[in-house]
Amino acid sequence: MGSNSLYGPIDPATDAGYVDAPPRMGFFTDTSVCIGCKACEVACKEWNAVPDDGFNLLGQSYDNTGGLSANSWRHVAFIEQPVTSDVLGSVSSSKSPQFLGMPTSEPPGKASPGPTSDFRWLMMSNVCKHCTHAGCLDVCPTGALFRTEFGTVVVQQDICNGCGYCVSGCPYGVIDRREDDGRAWKCTLCYDRIGDGLTPACAKACPTESIQYGELSELRERASRRVADLHSQGVPAARLYGHEEDNGVGGDGAFFLLLDEPEVYGLPPDPTVATRDLPKMWKRAGLAALAMAASAVVAFAGRRG
Amino acid sequence: MKDRSMVPKAEFESYYGRPIVRPPVWTHDIASYLFTGGLAAGSALLAAGGQATGDVTLRRVGRMTTLGALGASTYFLIIDLGRPERFHHMLRVAKPTSPMSVGTWVLATFGGVAAVAGAAEFAPLLPSRLLKRVLPPVGDVAGFGAAALAPALATYTAVLFADTAVPSWNAVYPELPFMFAGSALASGAGVGLIAAPGKPARRMAVLGAGIELVAGHRVEHGHGLLSEPYQQGRPGTLLKAARLLTAAGAVGAVLGRRSRVVSALSGLSLLAGSALTRFGVFEAGVASAKDPKYTVVPQRERLERRSASSP
Ligand code: SF4
Ligand code: SF4
Repeated sequence: MGSNSLYGPIDPATDAGYVDAPPRMGFFTDTSVCIGCKACEVACKEWNAVPDDGFNLLGQSYDNTGGLSANSWRHVAFIEQPVTSDVLGSVSSSKSPQFLGMPTSEPPGKASPGPTSDFRWLMMSNVCKHCTHAGCLDVCPTGALFRTEFGTVVVQQDICNGCGYCVSGCPYGVIDRREDDGRAWKCTLCYDRIGDGLTPACAKACPTESIQYGELSELRERASRRVADLHSQGVPAARLYGHEEDNGVGGDGAFFLLLDEPEVYGLPPDPTVATRDLPKMWKRAGLAALAMAASAVVAFAGRRG
Repeated sequence: MKDRSMVPKAEFESYYGRPIVRPPVWTHDIASYLFTGGLAAGSALLAAGGQATGDVTLRRVGRMTTLGALGASTYFLIIDLGRPERFHHMLRVAKPTSPMSVGTWVLATFGGVAAVAGAAEFAPLLPSRLLKRVLPPVGDVAGFGAAALAPALATYTAVLFADTAVPSWNAVYPELPFMFAGSALASGAGVGLIAAPGKPARRMAVLGAGIELVAGHRVEHGHGLLSEPYQQGRPGTLLKAARLLTAAGAVGAVLGRRSRVVSALSGLSLLAGSALTRFGVFEAGVASAKDPKYTVVPQRERLERRSASSP
């Protein structure tokens, strides 16, 4: 373990002991082009044989999945937002006729000029972040969770005993225990596909290239160009989330371009891997243990049988 | 100094009010384990004290309680697994970054020595003359071994809770091990007060209750918004009751030292207080994970502090 093993920028595969690891692979999810079609949710379920999570009507806009879970490894969030025109900026004005306001009976773009309103939809396909310092992996007591040569984080289902520690270890609320099965499940970044040079199912199915798969370093460059483009096109709200190597989890292997604050999408604004403070925690526990031992000695002191 | 909860009403955004970090999938079995694990540790110390001072009753009761609590702990830990039949997968690795892995090894080692110490108590009943002679001294060594591991057993659970994304568990990592250590001592002392009241059990009761109450006060008041779940709702009620029972047990242990009945009641009060402390802490963490406020607001404040300090 290097000195950065619990925190800070590292290459996770090398840190895990791989020699000559392939480049780190990941996702860049650009929510500015997401149309909320949920092809990713479906493709993921199909490829990975993920069971359904019931037929629910949640009353949360077009989102009836609710969130990531043991049975949903991609989740498309829908946010309906009243916005002032300065946030929408030029997007809602004549410059961008394809802006989708509230749906009308006409196909978008047909009813020109489409009725625009002071209202917008945000859509985002969420997924496991494949953290550089993954809380889930750090705390797993069986070794079921492991780091792949691509720098991703995967559960070995034949090892997991369903202790549930990873569920509380993840700062993003991603990994989950499957009710009738008892084991922990989450996105594998299609470990069985990428090893054969294939694209993960969700990215393959995404019709707008909102989900992009590739070498993480390349994706990071592409993402920063995309933000700059959006800023120059008058979308000042565009920002990247999870791309920095010095964030609380040492950089996300799956990062995002968002159009609002992360918490609006159900993402933590400043997540930190709890293990960062583990040495300090053990130190406090050590002191408490000493206090406990000392108390026992004091309690029996001066008494000889 | 007076603690006033001056937590301003938090304004924050969320996705339909849904949790951000996932509430623990653990059930009350884990809260029960916190109590039985602590009890095993506390009574192992009591037994070792009895052993060192030649107090046979204290030694015997301590060792038997340790054995019982150990059995209960193992049961609670295993049935809370999603795949109980795979509990032994815990033993395929030793992983320093996982407090649960560390704890498994501590518990397994403690269990081994405590079982030997407990078995030694049955030596007089055995038919073999050799065992009758060999077992007691071996049991004494094992008894001290269990006592040496007991503080680790009582405190690692605090690290286990703190090393999570559960906001109100993570925030209180400096004090939680002290709260658990005190609670474990108090429960061990409780057993002593019931079975063989005497000066050591009373001192242990006062020290344990004192540590638990002081550390608990910091947990419940020292962490701003993240202390809130320890004060409100069901966890708040549980912890308030725990405080009262623990304090009453310690006071009763001292004032009632001439009465066997008052001592035993004090012991019961300490045991109940220790159990409620564990349930209260458990539930407070779950509550903090369910409400996105406890994830978003402290993280926002941290971001603001950071951007204020770097121009
Ligand atoms: S997002 Fe959560 S589940 Fe995914 S790697 Fe990070 S800690 Fe693990
Ligand atoms: S539930 Fe499974 S994957 Fe998660 S920490 Fe426990 S053993 Fe590891």
